[in-house]
Amino acid sequence: MPILSQDEAQAILKKVLSYSQADECAATLRGRTSGNIRYARNTVSTAGQSDNVSLAVESRFGKRSGTATCNQFDDATLRRCVQRAEEIARLAPEDPEYVAMLGPQQYLVPKAYAASTAAITPDVRAQAAADSITMCEARKLTAAGFLEDGASFTALRNSKGLEAYEQSTNVDFSVTVRTPDGKGSGYAVADFTDVKAFDAKALTKRAADKAAGSVNAKALEPGKYTVILEPAALVSDEGLLNRLVYALDAREADEGRSFLSKKGGGTKKGEKLFDSRVTIYSDPLNDQAPGSVFDGEGLPVKRMPWIEKGVVKNLYYSRYWAEKSKAEATAFSGNFIMEGGTQSLEEMIKGTAKGILVTRLWYIRDVDPQTLLVTGLTRDGTFYIENGKIKHPIKNFRFNESPIIMLNNIEAMGKPQRLGGNLVPPLKIRDFTFTSLSDAV
Amino acid sequence: MKRRDFVGLTGLATGALFLPGFPSLGGTLVHPERLLETVDPAVKKRLADSALNAAKSAGASYADVRIGRYLNQSIFTREKQVQNIASGESFGAGVRVIANGTWGFAATNTVTEAGLAKAAQLAVAIAKANAKVQKEQVKLAPQKGYGEVSWKTPIVQSAFEVPIAQKVDLLLSANAKALENGASFVNSALFQVNEQKYFASTDGSYIDQDVHRIWPTFSVTAVDRASGKFRTREALSSPMGLGYEYMVPKAQDKIAGPAGSGLTGYKNSYDILEDAALAAKQAKEKLTAKSVTPGKYDLVLDPNHLGLTIHESVGHATELDRVLGYEANYAGTSFATLEWKKQGKPYGSKIVNIVADKTQPGSLGAVGYDDEGVKTGQWDIIKEGQLVDYQKIRDQAAMVGQDHSDGCCYAQSWQDVQFQRMANISLQPGKQKMSVDDMIKNVDKGIYIAGRGSFSIDQQRYNFQFGGTTFHAIEKGKITGMIEDVAYQANTQEFWNSCAAICDQSDYRMFGSFFDGKGQPSQVSAVSHGSSTTRFNGVNVINTARKI
Repeated sequence: MPILSQDEAQAILKKVLSYSQADECAATLRGRTSGNIRYARNTVSTAGQSDNVSLAVESRFGKRSGTATCNQFDDATLRRCVQRAEEIARLAPEDPEYVAMLGPQQYLVPKAYAASTAAITPDVRAQAAADSITMCEARKLTAAGFLEDGASFTALRNSKGLEAYEQSTNVDFSVTVRTPDGKGSGYAVADFTDVKAFDAKALTKRAADKAAGSVNAKALEPGKYTVILEPAALVSDEGLLNRLVYALDAREADEGRSFLSKKGGGTKKGEKLFDSRVTIYSDPLNDQAPGSVFDGEGLPVKRMPWIEKGVVKNLYYSRYWAEKSKAEATAFSGNFIMEGGTQSLEEMIKGTAKGILVTRLWYIRDVDPQTLLVTGLTRDGTFYIENGKIKHPIKNFRFNESPIIMLNNIEAMGKPQRLGGNLVPPLKIRDFTFTSLSDAV
Repeated sequence: MKRRDFVGLTGLATGALFLPGFPSLGGTLVHPERLLETVDPAVKKRLADSALNAAKSAGASYADVRIGRYLNQSIFTREKQVQNIASGESFGAGVRVIANGTWGFAATNTVTEAGLAKAAQLAVAIAKANAKVQKEQVKLAPQKGYGEVSWKTPIVQSAFEVPIAQKVDLLLSANAKALENGASFVNSALFQVNEQKYFASTDGSYIDQDVHRIWPTFSVTAVDRASGKFRTREALSSPMGLGYEYMVPKAQDKIAGPAGSGLTGYKNSYDILEDAALAAKQAKEKLTAKSVTPGKYDLVLDPNHLGLTIHESVGHATELDRVLGYEANYAGTSFATLEWKKQGKPYGSKIVNIVADKTQPGSLGAVGYDDEGVKTGQWDIIKEGQLVDYQKIRDQAAMVGQDHSDGCCYAQSWQDVQFQRMANISLQPGKQKMSVDDMIKNVDKGIYIAGRGSFSIDQQRYNFQFGGTTFHAIEKGKITGMIEDVAYQANTQEFWNSCAAICDQSDYRMFGSFFDGKGQPSQVSAVSHGSSTTRFNGVNVINTARKI
């Protein structure tokens, strides 16, 4: 059984710690049960299911540390795992960035678990794929999609008295629908904590409508355009907003190798770098996009403002860098929430005289870390908007843009939607830089 | 840990890295000595037969089983300290079957006769369940059984046999070289992989293979606090299908870069100390290098740069699963469709000859047999500028009217299902004698680019944009100094049709991609791309500097 209860998990961890001879010992037990189904060319290509529980033991002698893992839980195996971690620790060089293990902590009550998701069976997955395929066949379109779901738990315990446990569930679905002649393509993507909110048909319909509507795209000249970026264009494929949030690292900024490093030394923390409407924070208890309540070391995750009204409020500090900088360590929460407005995507389109609707951005890569300039391409549904209406599909573009410049050019913000475990509004941005055309559909 | 966090941890500009198999990201950590153990093939044969017999009894028309020990070790350092050393082992078996014309797959880490038989039965049950929604029956290209055979990467010394302390010393010595030569920061890493894999199938093959790979790399950063500028210079090493001998530099493996560049190219061994010292000097030089004027340039591309362009614009574009639509929801499809191929449009100029090869010694993709028991070989992909073939596996051959697989099937571990992956895809050297200096002397306005940088290409492999590690201006036949903020944008067909000259065999080297990602759930594979320095005329170069 891959999902252990809090009592079952802590009983194993207590036993593990009782075998330790080290100065410090921390044990982490993780379990996951997950399944997936993949389809393409309107037929199922692969499907699988896997269960796994594993234990990681970290032992420390002074500043020397070793880790070992196992996935059997009889007494002899547990004892061997601890011994092996201790052997490796004795062999390891001293870690100059050593920080003592945490003592007991207070955690928020996690809410990222839904029993309905944990109960998904292969039939549910097969039915979702069948619904998606059937709709596309009826419309003479071709579907390729992927559905993955899982339930997980994490339990921590260390020799300093720290004790933590949480469960979570996830459902991730994406579908690309194409016309048989390859001239149209549409995409939809969504993720959930609770499978009750998942509707394969509705998502497939969205992708299918975009595919059918994107045939015979016209070419526009590359240049600066007003764009409406859907959430999938902002956060999927390690998108523009993820890159910005991940770049908020204190150590890199202090070391002079970040867009947040200041000329002559110091960082731009506390400076207003973005439009006043930009507020981004993490919150493990967000109802729509809940996250973890502790990180891998057991540091509590709490609501953390990163950017508030355009001002950089906080940077990420590892425990080592926090100690060195006399700052507070930051637990990495795994989700971010960007505040938006109340408009739907349709209302944003209505309010646009001339612009481009972007469904998805793809193959996004860093170009210059100094300015966070990134490049990538539009994909699976790019449309020209005129006088509040979608006028016609357009050929895909390559862009070169920095999220820092982009978040200073905001025209409007829509209602935030969940994507990739985050909450992100569609954004209307002026002067977004497209640098060349692509023939790809 | 997410990939992004890993990239942040190492500080390496890792580009194509995908790292699920590495223990630093949560695999099974073991004592380093464990990595020297092997499993007796006779034991594996008995286990394999148990899976094959169970599959047949349950109704499979075909079955294969892969019993694998996947070993790896990674060492990470920064400046004067070790950040992480992890040795990992993953042992288990994957059983793949065809039942009712449909694939089924199941994997287990219970490597006993009973455990494998159970996995085989589960695979058949999954195949039968999926058959209900299956519309295309699986048709396998015929494949003869080879009986009991074995193959091993021709290495001189296994990297796993070298004491960790020696490997750490080498990385820290490289860091010291960089710091002595003015680096503000340096991160270095050494990745080592050993796949001990045993394949058996109902065709009558029992194939035992021992595959080795290695990748040393670093990233040097120079910071100018006064101006607030920082620049990095990555290692010009290549991941290789070699043992620790790659880390022992040999004079015959060094190829002098073009006059005025100070660079050295490396063939089958790498001088990390020399490269780290030069990297620090070049990272500093980049801080004050002139920013490129955008426009059309003739590009002279070093093999350690061109390999990635070949990978993205030819390697992925000619994978048959992409061409047929199996990757439409993730990696994408391809412009090089069956219809496009029939039209006979030129992929490149007449001097462009690109070969797929699963046997090339020292390459990442070299194996004796692929992960569905097909003996490997080499074949033409592009001949005199024309697309002549794709990369395919057994269940795809019939779809393009062929009767054989190319041996391109691979799974990243025992627990992942095998599917079509890229072979080594390499540009053949020029037939006329030509050194890189001979090439550059005829370039009036150009840029010489070495090393991997930012790279991005669309989902059908038309439009791409590439950066690099170092950029040198070429003016009137000579290199005149480093420049910065360079990226080139092109269309695959226009780019390869602008290919104007290729250096000869003596300049030929391999570039490698250690963590190439594809599929859902995503799997990595490793692949090499050989070429000699090559010239492309009139390519569009943009300036990537911005003010924020």
